[in-house]
Amino acid sequence: MGHTIVEKILARAAGRDGVSPGEIVEAQVDLALANDVTAPLAIAEFEKAGFEHVFDPAKVALVPDHFTPNKDVRSAEQAKRVREFARKHAIEHYFEVGRMGIEHVLLPEQGLVAPGDVVVGADSHTCTYGALAAFSTGVGSTDFAAAMAWGRVWLRVPESIKFVYYGSPKPWVGGKDLILHTIGLIGVDGALYQAMEFAGEAITELSLDGRFTMCNMAIEAGAKCGVVGFDAKTDAYLKARPLGSHARSAGAVFASAAAAYARVVEIDASAVEPTVAKPHLPGNAVPVSEVAGLEIDQVVIGSCTNGRLSDLHQAAEVLRGRRVHPRVRLVVLPGTQQVVLEAMADGTLQTLIEAGAAVSTPTCGPCLGGHMGVLAAGERCVSTTNRNFVGRMGDVTSEVYLAGPYVAAASAVAGHIATPTDVLATRLNGGRS
Amino acid sequence: MSPAPTPREGTAMIFEGMAHTFGRDVDTDVIIPARYLNTSDPAELGSHCMEDIDPEFVKRVQPGDIIVAGENFGCGSSREHAPVAIRAAGVSCVVAASFARIFYRNAINTALPIVVSKEAAAGGRAGDRLRVDPAAGTVVDLTQGVTYTADVFPPFMQELIACGGLLPYVKARLAKEAG
Repeated sequence: MGHTIVEKILARAAGRDGVSPGEIVEAQVDLALANDVTAPLAIAEFEKAGFEHVFDPAKVALVPDHFTPNKDVRSAEQAKRVREFARKHAIEHYFEVGRMGIEHVLLPEQGLVAPGDVVVGADSHTCTYGALAAFSTGVGSTDFAAAMAWGRVWLRVPESIKFVYYGSPKPWVGGKDLILHTIGLIGVDGALYQAMEFAGEAITELSLDGRFTMCNMAIEAGAKCGVVGFDAKTDAYLKARPLGSHARSAGAVFASAAAAYARVVEIDASAVEPTVAKPHLPGNAVPVSEVAGLEIDQVVIGSCTNGRLSDLHQAAEVLRGRRVHPRVRLVVLPGTQQVVLEAMADGTLQTLIEAGAAVSTPTCGPCLGGHMGVLAAGERCVSTTNRNFVGRMGDVTSEVYLAGPYVAAASAVAGHIATPTDVLATRLNGGRS
Repeated sequence: MSPAPTPREGTAMIFEGMAHTFGRDVDTDVIIPARYLNTSDPAELGSHCMEDIDPEFVKRVQPGDIIVAGENFGCGSSREHAPVAIRAAGVSCVVAASFARIFYRNAINTALPIVVSKEAAAGGRAGDRLRVDPAAGTVVDLTQGVTYTADVFPPFMQELIACGGLLPYVKARLAKEAG
């Protein structure tokens, strides 16, 4: 019998010839990660249980990215706890403010994830790394504590759903639009406990950045992980990493031709419109045209979903020579310091700032209503983040519309929800004058 | 508000309390909003449990009470602060038509009793008195005099729960492997 990518990875990690969906296995962990919100709880449990050592200081990553640079005394205390634990246990991959990034942009960028790896992270968006043909899933603090002590994790082998995207996407349609459209199609628990495997010519054409965006939001359909098969683009991405994860990528795995899927969903990528998800679920996906014209107060571009260089390029493409609407605040959160440097070197930051954007140091910040752009009562935001739950970005009466960078940037210029086509049709209203 | 008693290892776990009902897709942002994630203190987290979906919840809930919800309970963030807050608010057990997978893991790993029962999720009414027996796979609505069936956990998960959660289990495993 053939096996899916996820089944092959889990069989290898569990030391088995093959595994089947529904089985519970103990898998070796190649990387375990946590952040400044989830690590303190894990550290407390780790210490309370009396564990003295982490299983491998080179296979643990601690990334204080949620409330950093610290927003208040209590978040500073939490970050301090993580920092002290990292020092005590000589954690190799601890990232301090200034060298830090949003974990799910940072770890692949640094070459810490290789194809075939098993990654568990105390953050639900750990599913992002499936874009590198790894098995990567979000867990809680106790799972992370156990993985640190034990180097293993219990997992129920998921069934896989194969999503085949045929055709070429229209202009202004990217990975975010494809995944929002998909979640809209299957619902926020449409892939509960299952793996989402993304394939087809639109995925082959999609950049790694776009694939990270799609895998990042697999959790918003309830999935255990998202995954894209290894190809030439994966290989090129890995070879460009500073720490050389390509050296470990010999284990690249592919789905067997005879792999069994729970179902196969075919999606005509050429028919997908620029898409937004209305409040208060990521599954409330509609074409932008359905909500165009709705006035907005804020736009957020960045996050672990869309904080990579190509996302900023897309925003700059729309904002170049234009101005953010006087009523709107545009907050840009690049994913990592490296993204900031590259966006600075190629002029992207200049374009964004000239348009009237506030550019932040990397942080999760407003995505979860932490800091750097929390919403007041009744405010409406277009955001390239991943969740639009009640109160997610601030007051319980505020609203978040999820979108990709093109639509977010266009909306920032228009002052209401808009497509790039709407905005580019109007004359340039001047850059710096 | 006071925390529900922690079930002791090896004792049969049966939970009885008043039902508090919620709909489907209850996410962890409403179970415990991120503005309170700058602390890990259970009592404080418990005092804000469900605040953004039902501000009166923590005032109404009595020790031992039971949450009854629809599909996909606990979707969203991986924050374990959510099961911690629920337990600290006094809730003894959560019954839902289905659970989001990270919340499900977190509940098993931290020994927060949860039960999957589509029947109870559909039939349970707010204010009804429920008796939940996870091992037997039953949810009895004492007010309505109806017994609903519930899924029974696979043996591995029962073992985790019997150990008191994942960390005691891992500790025992490591001790066994070392010895």
